[in-house]
Amino acid sequence: MEQSIFKNYKPQGFYDEYFDGEASPRPAAKSLVDALSGLPASELLNRQAAAEKSFLNSGITFTVGDGQGGALDRIFPFDIIPRLVEQSEWTRLEKGLKQRIRALNEFLKDIYGDQQILKDRVIPSDIVLSGKHYRKECVGFYPPQGIWCHVTGTDLVRHADGSYYVLEDNLRCPSGVSYVLENRAVVKKAFPTFFKNYAIEPVESYPEELLAALRFIAPQGRAHPRVVVLTPGVHNSAYFEHSFLAQRMGAELVEGRDLLVENGYVHMKTTRGLERVDVIYRRVDDVFLDPSVFRKDSTLGVAGLMEVYRAGRVAIANAPGTGIADDKVVYKFVPEMIRYYLSEEPILKNVPTYLCYYDKERDYVLDHLEELVVKPANEAGGYGMLIGPASTEAERKKFAALIKKSPRDYLAQPTLALSRVPTLVGKHCEGRHVDLRPYIVYGRNIYVMPGGLTRVALKRGSLVVNSSQGGGSKDTWVVRRQEAS
Amino acid sequence: MLSRVADSIYWMQRYRERAENIARLIDVNLFLNIDAPGDERQQWHPSVVTTGDYDLFEKLYGKPTEANVLQFLTFDVRNPNSILNCVSLSRENARSIRETITSEMWHEINLLYLHVKDAAAAPKKALKHPFEFYAHIRRSCQLFTGIMDTTLSHDEVWHFGRLGNLLERADQSSRILDAKYYILLPSVEHVGSPYDDILWAALLKSVSGLEMYRRSWHEIRHSHVVDFIILHRDFPRSVHSCLRRAEDSLRVLGGTCGADASDTVSHDPLRLVQKMCGELEETNVYDIVKFGLHEFLDQIQTKISEISQSMYHAYLSPYPKNSRSALAAEVVRAGQEQS
Repeated sequence: MEQSIFKNYKPQGFYDEYFDGEASPRPAAKSLVDALSGLPASELLNRQAAAEKSFLNSGITFTVGDGQGGALDRIFPFDIIPRLVEQSEWTRLEKGLKQRIRALNEFLKDIYGDQQILKDRVIPSDIVLSGKHYRKECVGFYPPQGIWCHVTGTDLVRHADGSYYVLEDNLRCPSGVSYVLENRAVVKKAFPTFFKNYAIEPVESYPEELLAALRFIAPQGRAHPRVVVLTPGVHNSAYFEHSFLAQRMGAELVEGRDLLVENGYVHMKTTRGLERVDVIYRRVDDVFLDPSVFRKDSTLGVAGLMEVYRAGRVAIANAPGTGIADDKVVYKFVPEMIRYYLSEEPILKNVPTYLCYYDKERDYVLDHLEELVVKPANEAGGYGMLIGPASTEAERKKFAALIKKSPRDYLAQPTLALSRVPTLVGKHCEGRHVDLRPYIVYGRNIYVMPGGLTRVALKRGSLVVNSSQGGGSKDTWVVRRQEAS
Repeated sequence: MLSRVADSIYWMQRYRERAENIARLIDVNLFLNIDAPGDERQQWHPSVVTTGDYDLFEKLYGKPTEANVLQFLTFDVRNPNSILNCVSLSRENARSIRETITSEMWHEINLLYLHVKDAAAAPKKALKHPFEFYAHIRRSCQLFTGIMDTTLSHDEVWHFGRLGNLLERADQSSRILDAKYYILLPSVEHVGSPYDDILWAALLKSVSGLEMYRRSWHEIRHSHVVDFIILHRDFPRSVHSCLRRAEDSLRVLGGTCGADASDTVSHDPLRLVQKMCGELEETNVYDIVKFGLHEFLDQIQTKISEISQSMYHAYLSPYPKNSRSALAAEVVRAGQEQS
């Protein structure tokens, strides 16, 4: 008889999503722990291997450089033990996320409109106007249906105190949702009976929700609006996701070179001539969208696109310019935005954040580099960060200089003890730190995908969950609390 | 459908068909060699001639042996027409239109790619059981086409894929005949020797045609073999039959996007293929022999290439096409998604 994978499992003082401080299963996890304990470890390993094989065979991969100008396909590391979110907790998170997205959308409307929030000095105007992703080209524009951030991925973490915090808002081209759907498909095959026995919230309707939201913003009077997904191409690291979403929506996947502006409309080049395009779900950054407005050397976009967009003859999601709302310095002010625009108290907490922009906070940061996490305002993928407790003297020196040179662009937060989830290591489980990225689609209504992408730092002790740096993912189950059976 | 997608599905099927034909050719040659007299060079020389890369081969390897020909045709990345390269290119084209083809198609071509790529990393191990190895490739190719036929709607997308398949197959059949005939011809004088029959039978087997040939002609005569591989109206790998079905697909695709209206005659793929079918209809094997088989096959290959070119003009070229590699660098630069 093999031992349970949870034998000798210890939360080790962290908040564990499966077990409480006494190492007893939490109510929502109880029956899953029982079921998993009943499976021989070798059986779990087989299922884990089958899942990985199926990712590879189906080409569910992302692309990384091989260091010699070529590219390699890698599977996104995956752990078969699911992450659980208890239903009532989820209901609260969902409400909080909707509230946050509404406020962020109001903020975008405002700063590209009357800039009332700046006039009222709720946010220092130079912070916003100097933001890397602030687009003066979008000032005065009112997007279709007043929606700026159609798709958002909000990163949440759970601290040792057990409560969730928003770590950052991703409002430009958040990626990863395809992995949520593929992980679910693989885990369903690995544990079919679990899905029969538990009430697990389904995630499969995401592509339909997305398509509905994209159609909702189509120019008026188009009975069958044509929606396309714009990708930078097969070499992009998220190419799999672009083609996945296009396929699941039944939309065309286009590259910039497939599109053309003619007679005031955007067209795609087909075997039967030009066909009009109504809505572009773009997975290309703002600056590459239109070489006649942004970067002149871009071949990923379409010359003349912005003019058609401003004339309301094509819709773009997310709207160009939304990036200013996920500036990590602007992030600090989201709770204020919620109060300012919605007259509500924020449901979700921000992580305490020190802005180097303010003299006092900068001094504090410089004095406490060893205990803080320092982040640049506009980097993605976990790059360019200083993790104080793990840093060297030289690294701290380097960051101190960076901060003094451009204080606007740096902020610092306390190092969080991210919650942990049991993760297969050899023939048993060890706790590994996780975060959670739910996906929010803003259309006629706001849809929050139940759960989202759980990213897990697979290296023992690591807090960095990014796939580019040793992170993997897990399926995320929003489950009802199980009554004792 | 997008012009780029049409281009990709066309090439996805051309490269896939090319890989299948090379695997078939090698398989037959391996079998033939089991009881073949004569030297190794003579046995493997035509296989390299068929793929049209003999000069490159000579430069890289010199004298052909079984081992170096297998390496060159199967795994060598320096050979643009090696199975590995063809399968990689087919899969790369499939990857770029993954949203258009079905998941089952993608899955199969990806599996084939992984199979060949893994084998290339350990060729000795893979070729320990060569018949299994090449049969696997052939079956996977056939499975892919079967999946395409049974999961993809037979609309414009499918017809472009089918055209890639048929034009490549017609081209390959003509090349196999050309290379083998050239080697076999000297021995035609002693027609009727058992070994001669084996060789002609092997040629027919390379296009999976021996059994169907027997139903048409029973005995093996070299002129009948030429007739069968070029002119047979219904055998699925004969040049004529491939072109007849390509004609059907081009008729369904119908009008072009018309940007080349001033030049429609020379650029209309349907007219070109119709003309070619008409000519084959009127031709008999004695005309071909009189004209010179090699010259005749050369013309066929040129005409197929013209049809392919004309498809490009008709459906793809009105729009400037950026080169993929130039794009690549920028894509990597712009690849900073929020991951």
